[in-house]
Amino acid sequence: MTVLFGVFLLALLVITAVAIVRTQNLFVAVMLLGIFSLLIALNFFILDAADVALTEAAVGAGISTVLFLGALALTYEHERMVTRHRALSVAVVVCATLVVLYATFDKPTFGDPNAPVHQHVAPWYLENEPKYIDIPNVVTAVLGSFRGYDTLGEVFVVFTAGIGVLFLLSARPTAPNSRRRAEDESSGIGLREDLIPRIVGRMLVPFILLFGLYVQFHGEYGPGGGFQAGALIAAAFILYALVEGEERTLEVLPKNALIALSSAGALLYGGVGLAGILLGSEFLDYSVLASNPITGQQMGIILIEAGVGMTVTGVLLLIFHAFAARDQV
Amino acid sequence: MTPLEFHLPALQVAAPMLLAPVVALLRPRGLAWAATLVASLMALAIAIGLTQGALSGESFSYAMGGWEPPYGIELHVDMFSALVLLIVTGASSIALMAGKASLDKAVEHSRQPLFYSAWLLVLSGLAGILVSADAFNIFVFMEISSLASYIVVAGGTDRRALPAVFKYLIMGTIGATFYLIGIGLIYMMTGTLNLADMELRIHDVADQRPILVAAGFITVGLALKAAVFPLHVWLPNAYTYAPHAVTAFLAACATKVSLYVLLRFDFVVFQQNLLGHEFQFAAFLMPLAVLAILAGSAVALFESNIKRLLAYSSVAQIGYILLGASLVSLAGLSASLLHMFNHALAKGTLFLAVMALAMRFTRLDLRHLAGSAQHMPWTMAAFVIAGLSLIGVPGTAGFISKWYLVSAALEAGPVGFFLIAVVVIGSLMAVVYIWRIIETAWFEPPTEAGEVIREAPVTMLAVVWLAALANIYFGLATDLPRELAAGAAASLLGQLP
Repeated sequence: MTVLFGVFLLALLVITAVAIVRTQNLFVAVMLLGIFSLLIALNFFILDAADVALTEAAVGAGISTVLFLGALALTYEHERMVTRHRALSVAVVVCATLVVLYATFDKPTFGDPNAPVHQHVAPWYLENEPKYIDIPNVVTAVLGSFRGYDTLGEVFVVFTAGIGVLFLLSARPTAPNSRRRAEDESSGIGLREDLIPRIVGRMLVPFILLFGLYVQFHGEYGPGGGFQAGALIAAAFILYALVEGEERTLEVLPKNALIALSSAGALLYGGVGLAGILLGSEFLDYSVLASNPITGQQMGIILIEAGVGMTVTGVLLLIFHAFAARDQV
Repeated sequence: MTPLEFHLPALQVAAPMLLAPVVALLRPRGLAWAATLVASLMALAIAIGLTQGALSGESFSYAMGGWEPPYGIELHVDMFSALVLLIVTGASSIALMAGKASLDKAVEHSRQPLFYSAWLLVLSGLAGILVSADAFNIFVFMEISSLASYIVVAGGTDRRALPAVFKYLIMGTIGATFYLIGIGLIYMMTGTLNLADMELRIHDVADQRPILVAAGFITVGLALKAAVFPLHVWLPNAYTYAPHAVTAFLAACATKVSLYVLLRFDFVVFQQNLLGHEFQFAAFLMPLAVLAILAGSAVALFESNIKRLLAYSSVAQIGYILLGASLVSLAGLSASLLHMFNHALAKGTLFLAVMALAMRFTRLDLRHLAGSAQHMPWTMAAFVIAGLSLIGVPGTAGFISKWYLVSAALEAGPVGFFLIAVVVIGSLMAVVYIWRIIETAWFEPPTEAGEVIREAPVTMLAVVWLAALANIYFGLATDLPRELAAGAAASLLGQLP
């Protein structure tokens, strides 16, 4: 049954991907991308990868759709440039697909307990995690501690993306777009004049924030953690910005505070790493943070997850504001 | 090993990386630049420490988080990584030292903290790739360095950089995705991500299709990131329109880091285990290397923008590096690694000289530069020295690696003579394209007479000359790079005959 459902979802995924490539309407493409992410999230979920599924749903289907729309507001809805070298692109995609298909002929069958991935490193994690870290969600233990250095890297990828967007969009535009300015003045700010979205939106915000915090601190026990929580908390602020206008959100969290928040998150993570060195062990070794190594590991994971959440929230909001502010230049 | 030495591999990455968020917050004028320079010099010092350790026979292995490999992530530094680390950190430090005035012109003060933060992220990303012994971890740092280099390349005032960066971004993402697909397939078949462990475990499944496909994906993906001909199309425009100091930094080291990963994978993981991989590797890459040398140099002959001219020359130089590696011999590989170092010196200096030139000349087309040497004799003299090194004139660094390359080709039998012919033709073409610039600058009368053009700022000139003299120094005192390259080649080849 799982296999059948998986095949069904993957077929939908291919159809969506082809549709995204074929459509000339960028708005449609953005919506389809959201669906694409949701389908992938479902796929992850039926493969029992709940953490990844949650991230994909929150970031891929949620936030990136909003960011794409923000970018779209700055340009045109229709693809104007005709793609050149279409034949070449199709050839590359077909070749790569055929080669990957060729590779699958020797792959271990789906769900085979004797597959190499289930024989080498993974059983070690399952067996030793209670001994060293002792939290119910092994995925968080792997991401936060065993492979914590990768996660530190990913936080810096997010941070890089944030300063990149901020840097590129802070360039002075070559020609001010007067058409848009005129439009802006005529319409109201946010959705303040629309009663129902405004009230529903305002009611939702605290619940999203609360859920974000729950996901943040529940990562050790179930699916969740800083990445997902950061996306959710950012989503709450973005919803507020959509309803009440961007300026009010910036009053709560000004741009400089967001840059500081993103930097502080990355530094918190790195600082926990350095603390490992200063306390006489390796970089990112949390065992030495407390007298009991297991407590130390748990403390370390909570701290670095907080760092992840701060950076992800900060960066997503920075990117959102960068797009939104560009519109008003 | 002292405690500090023990932590060097981790600090090599952590020091510049953790300073990046701090730099992003430094508002006062010039402070971001100063902090970045300090971080970069610190990284250079760490790289020198690691090199000394590697030369004295120490092998640095670091278990991140205290988790033993393959369960945790391992860092590993040997002579090969030390060699490329020296190139990366050196190029960054020199470009920063020389580039302040040029970058002040290119990037507004209010945006500088973000720019320099991105610069540090490029540096730490590249360093992270070089010290890592974990296939997925390499991908993570590849993402950091690529994303950050898109930012710094797009940092200047030239809006044409944006489409160039977009192309760079798309091609770079395809390359990284191919690499990731390859890693995924290997993980599926071996269950491990640690390179040393992978080398052992891949042995049992070496003849199976996923591994063969993975070898293909990884090689093509990294070749794309390393701008191996004909996958180089992103490179010329990205180098041309980037801020000059960024070009000097990236041209010296960015593609070489991808080549590093390519060689590491092909020689350490695949070569020992895949039957006939040796032959396939040579058969696939040698023709590309030859084509890169010939086509890259030929395009450079007719290019009129000197930055793009030098960028196409880089495409050709990547060809030389690959040519040595594709001989799959100790001599060939050490010549190849030596050329990595020497090309970084020569091309870095050339782009630094171009940066100095650009302080006074806004347009870098050859016809606008007629007689520029009369106004800026020091800048152009440094350019001549670095140009001679690029050509491979005896007494400069470039000569040494070409000499080793030719001797390695001689050992390769009949095909060797053909390769020597290619190297000679490539070098002759280099003579022509470098001469075109020198002739225009030194022997043509200035076009705009009467206008007073001053020499570049003294601080900038001093660093440019430092780099130019390094070309001569490493052409005479060849021990350090030669020893590193030979040791690295020996460890890469390992048990191969």
